[in-house]
Amino acid sequence: MSVLIIAEHDNKSLKPATLNTVTAATQIHADVHVLVVGFECQTVVEQSSQVVGVSKVLVADNAVYEHQLAENVSKLIVEVAKGYEHILAPATTTGKNTLPRVAALLNVAQLSDVIKVESADTFVRPIYAGNAIATVKTTDAVKVLTVRATGFDAAASTGGNAEREVLSHVIASDRSRFVKEQLAESDRPELTAASVIISGGRGMGNGDNFKLLEGVADKLGAAIGASRAAVDAGFVPNDLQVGQTGKTVAPDLYIAVGISGAIQHLAGMKDSKVIVAINKDEDAPIFQVADYGLVADLFDAVPELEKSL
Amino acid sequence: MKILVSVKRVIDYNVKVRVKADHTAVDLTNVKMSMNPFCEIAVEEAIRLKEKGIASEVVVVSVGSKACQETLRTAMALGADRAIQVETEDGLDSLSVAKLIAKVAQEEAADLVIMGKQAIDSDNNQTGQMVAALLDYPQATFASEVVIENGEAQTAQEIKVTREVDGGLQTLAITLPAVVTTDLRLNEPRFASLPNIMKAKKKPLDVKTPADLGVEVGSNVSIVSVTPPPQRAGGIKVGSVAELVDKLKNEAKVVS
Repeated sequence: MSVLIIAEHDNKSLKPATLNTVTAATQIHADVHVLVVGFECQTVVEQSSQVVGVSKVLVADNAVYEHQLAENVSKLIVEVAKGYEHILAPATTTGKNTLPRVAALLNVAQLSDVIKVESADTFVRPIYAGNAIATVKTTDAVKVLTVRATGFDAAASTGGNAEREVLSHVIASDRSRFVKEQLAESDRPELTAASVIISGGRGMGNGDNFKLLEGVADKLGAAIGASRAAVDAGFVPNDLQVGQTGKTVAPDLYIAVGISGAIQHLAGMKDSKVIVAINKDEDAPIFQVADYGLVADLFDAVPELEKSL
Repeated sequence: MKILVSVKRVIDYNVKVRVKADHTAVDLTNVKMSMNPFCEIAVEEAIRLKEKGIASEVVVVSVGSKACQETLRTAMALGADRAIQVETEDGLDSLSVAKLIAKVAQEEAADLVIMGKQAIDSDNNQTGQMVAALLDYPQATFASEVVIENGEAQTAQEIKVTREVDGGLQTLAITLPAVVTTDLRLNEPRFASLPNIMKAKKKPLDVKTPADLGVEVGSNVSIVSVTPPPQRAGGIKVGSVAELVDKLKNEAKVVS
């Protein structure tokens, strides 16, 4: 039976995590459908139908779905779910918010943060902040999964030509309404989608010093991240946080600056292809996972790095 | 307004996790256990609402073996009024736990259910959402701020919750009764004082079974194996920024 994916988007564009989820889905079954729930999201539908591996795009486009509230979207997904054996969503805050409701309404389990597909009923997921890896098997009639994007390659975003089906059923959300959002504005790539990330930790000393990282980030087209210690110290906002309690990333290059390497941080970045650590404490645990470690004062090394790139 | 808070007893967040040699589970023998950090934040938020005069009573519930009574006593030492233990085996699946908590919320006629966004053992991040779905309540997950206006909150009143979402913050207005799950920045939990720990021993703690609540527990998910994560091979130390840039360009080929 086909696999249904819930598209991650902001009504304007399809988010890359959806592409990784498509790859996970194709490892379960060749026929993959994508559900786009939103408002005035025609571009997203367009983009979804071009993803290689997607054969059908279902669209629910209505003002009640503009902010993708969990209450009504979950009910819509449950209606669409008839006829599918697998329902997948990227393990983003939207997917994590909505999909457990779908599972509960279907009276089945949800497998969270899947990083590997063993078979159509057996999946691998990290537990204990990635300090243990569980392989789990489910015999539920419908398998509901959130997929960790860093566990799968992205499907090609163009080349496909999926058919479209418009869903007309409108379910209102009468006890939950959107008030406002404050999204961090940045020209840089999003943390979870960046191929290069430079992150600062407590060693940065204060928020102003994060400007040092910007010079390197500009040259490398990198996103800027932070450890929880830097966030808790008030240096930078929480949405920069990489780690167990923040974002999980796996870029081609991860540069950790003034980060000691607490387990909680490593859980969020240890799957990066190449890890660089710059720290003046040569015993910092970050050096145990770094491919290239530089024991140096970051206030000397980072400006020098910027100049030599 | 009556608040129900769920708490889970988990491995202490400072303990190094070890997988059992037979790869069936994480080794929990003789390991320090504590209240799940996100649940501590949930308890703290409820107590603050009581101190502000918004909540009239804070009830804590935990699902698990007798050992979780210790966690419930901790919550009462922090300020919760009374506790309910739902006696089950440890490690019950999220949906079963959600059904039990949903039933308790109904029996208690709780106006607001506050739960941690996830437990640091199974890392599922789903039980709160499931409770909300089972009760057909609205939800505000990953909360970093909860605003309840006009003093004594009534059912059918709206509360405003700011949520930590990818890329920033989102504020929702949800109508009570509702479920809120906590994120890290919602508050900083207090420590229990010794006199309060003594007082907590005398606070009421009821024990119920799934049968008492009319809930059937069980799951179709089984664990095939639990293994340690692949170890990353240690790399090399470079002597200078120039050497680092050279390695990144010519060896790792991640910088052009």
